Amino acid sequence: MIELRDVKKAFNQGQHNEYWALSGISLTIEARRVTALRGPSGSGKTTLLTLIGCLARPTSGRVSLHGRDISGLPERFLTEIRRKTFGFVFQQFNLIKGLSAMENVMLPAYPTGRPHRELKQRAEALLDRLRLAHRRDARVEWLSGGEQQRVAIARALINDPEVLIADEPTANLDTALAKEFMAILESFGEEGRTVILTSHDPLVVESAAVNRVVDMRDGLIVEP
Amino acid sequence: MTVWFEKQRHLIDFTLASLIRRKGRNLGLLFVYTLLVFVLASVMLYTHALRHEAAVILEGSPEVLLQRLVAGRHDLIPPGYIERIGTVRGVQQIRGRLWGYYYDSVVKANYTFMVPEDGSVAKGTLVVGPALERERGLARDNGISFRAYSGQLFSFTVAAVLPQASELASADLILMNEGDFRAFFAYPAGHYTDVALSVANPKEVRNVANKLANLLPDSRPILREEVQRTYASVFDWREGIMLALLSAAILAFSILAWEKASGLSADEKREIGILKAIGWETGDVIRMKLWEGGLISLTAFLVGFVAAYLHVFRAGSPLFEPVLKGWAVLYPRFDLVPVIDGLQVATLFFFTVFPYMAAVLVPIWRAAVTDPDAVMRA
Ligand SMILES: Nc1ncnc2c1ncn2[C@@H]1O[C@H](COP(=O)(O)OP(=O)(O)OP(=O)(O)O)[C@@H](O)[C@H]1O
Ligand SMILES: [Mg+2]
Repeated sequence: MIELRDVKKAFNQGQHNEYWALSGISLTIEARRVTALRGPSGSGKTTLLTLIGCLARPTSGRVSLHGRDISGLPERFLTEIRRKTFGFVFQQFNLIKGLSAMENVMLPAYPTGRPHRELKQRAEALLDRLRLAHRRDARVEWLSGGEQQRVAIARALINDPEVLIADEPTANLDTALAKEFMAILESFGEEGRTVILTSHDPLVVESAAVNRVVDMRDGLIVEP
Repeated sequence: MTVWFEKQRHLIDFTLASLIRRKGRNLGLLFVYTLLVFVLASVMLYTHALRHEAAVILEGSPEVLLQRLVAGRHDLIPPGYIERIGTVRGVQQIRGRLWGYYYDSVVKANYTFMVPEDGSVAKGTLVVGPALERERGLARDNGISFRAYSGQLFSFTVAAVLPQASELASADLILMNEGDFRAFFAYPAGHYTDVALSVANPKEVRNVANKLANLLPDSRPILREEVQRTYASVFDWREGIMLALLSAAILAFSILAWEKASGLSADEKREIGILKAIGWETGDVIRMKLWEGGLISLTAFLVGFVAAYLHVFRAGSPLFEPVLKGWAVLYPRFDLVPVIDGLQVATLFFFTVFPYMAAVLVPIWRAAVTDPDAVMRA
């Protein structure tokens, strides 16, 4: 469903500190599967995720979603695609402090103008499914790391996205919590959601929940 | 349409939650902002009401007033003067007026006794101003006695109380019959306090005044337009002083508001990045900030303005009465009649709300157009 063709990404192009983070990536990501990007630090995994998730545009090459070229679209359309198609779980979770778990989960849905009650029900159902119902009114900064991550996952799912993007989802978790995350991931695969994640963690990459592993090095895809 | 409303509702929800999260900062700002609106609105309402009072007084006063002077002091108009004034071309209506001051030792205040133009007050009765109604507890049909300067006691009944069109003009006024007036003050027959006259052609007023001065060299004509100008300059001057003092306050506020509103903290920048990354458009972020600025500035404006209204028209402007009211000594107490000028309110609104909204928006714009992918590398 997502196709990248000879995608390159440069930072600070044309300046003395120009840096090519991606130097020609061609990759097809299949729908309803869990794909993991693996590679050493600085190999371009996060950069690739930002291009797939419409957070940034490639310097050259094409990104297409369902056969439609999205690499040249203006910011407004990218935002709309991002909101409708992708849910993000960031490495630092990036929850908004001072708001409750519930409010954080509902945030991505605000611009859609969906009725408040409906939103609330959906958020409650998600928190319930992630076994966080009892913490829904707690401010996020009071939650433990694992709880924060589950809030972040619930937030990523509020708009019911086709694709879930997770950057180093287990980097801040201990083994038990990482295993729990993999269990949640497995259930997404069964639901038919597309998941793209990055990880160094063998526990993640080698787990049965992951259908395909893509290895990266120096901004290129390498065969293992 | 309902989607639009739901969306705004969500944005307001979020905005309120954000405001509460940064309670200290926002409350401090709101307080200073409200205070500024309060002081500015108080000055505006107060001077406008005073001007209005002055206009009401002047409206009722004659175009030209003629006083006779003896040794530079105001003296009575003797018989024969009115007839001589009548010979001046251009003079239309001539009326000898009778009025005088009376000190009431009971309430320690000065009253103005006056015979009304139309002679409508019956013998033995009085029409009193609202201040007397208040200070001496007078109502219709009550009796009241005053001891004249001669020592003789006079009794009257109150026929009516004047409406409160302008307290400055009528608060301490007592209208009485001509016969009563002459008896009470032992006023010589045929004499008047001064002469009021009107002029057929308004352009001729100055001319007529010159002729009168030549005809009656011991008299002084006072023109309404001159009085008007004097009033206006007095008010302008006082208002000017107030505003000069206030401009320092406005400047201080602008600096504070600019810093508070425009200085995006690192936290806020990060938040805007997160919102954009999870699917908020730049426009949504700006709308949210607009709501925030709007809620703060509207609250400050409404609270400040209502407080100023109460301060000026209910409490009697205790805060700057000494500066603004020159003749306060003459009046033991006077309430301004509430008058509000729409244009003035609009001006105040524009100069307090608009700059704040601008201060809120400028930096947001900068933050909102940054790339959302920065969030991935927090
Ligand atoms: N905004 C930027 N400006 C300049 N260089 C950047 C920028 N973002 C990323 N880079 C560089 O691009 C390269 C790839 O970064 P990226 O974050 O994609 O790596 P990664 O594979 O995710 O690494 P890690 O495993 O440490 O998260 C890095 O060398 C990084 O320094
Ligand atoms: Mg990374």
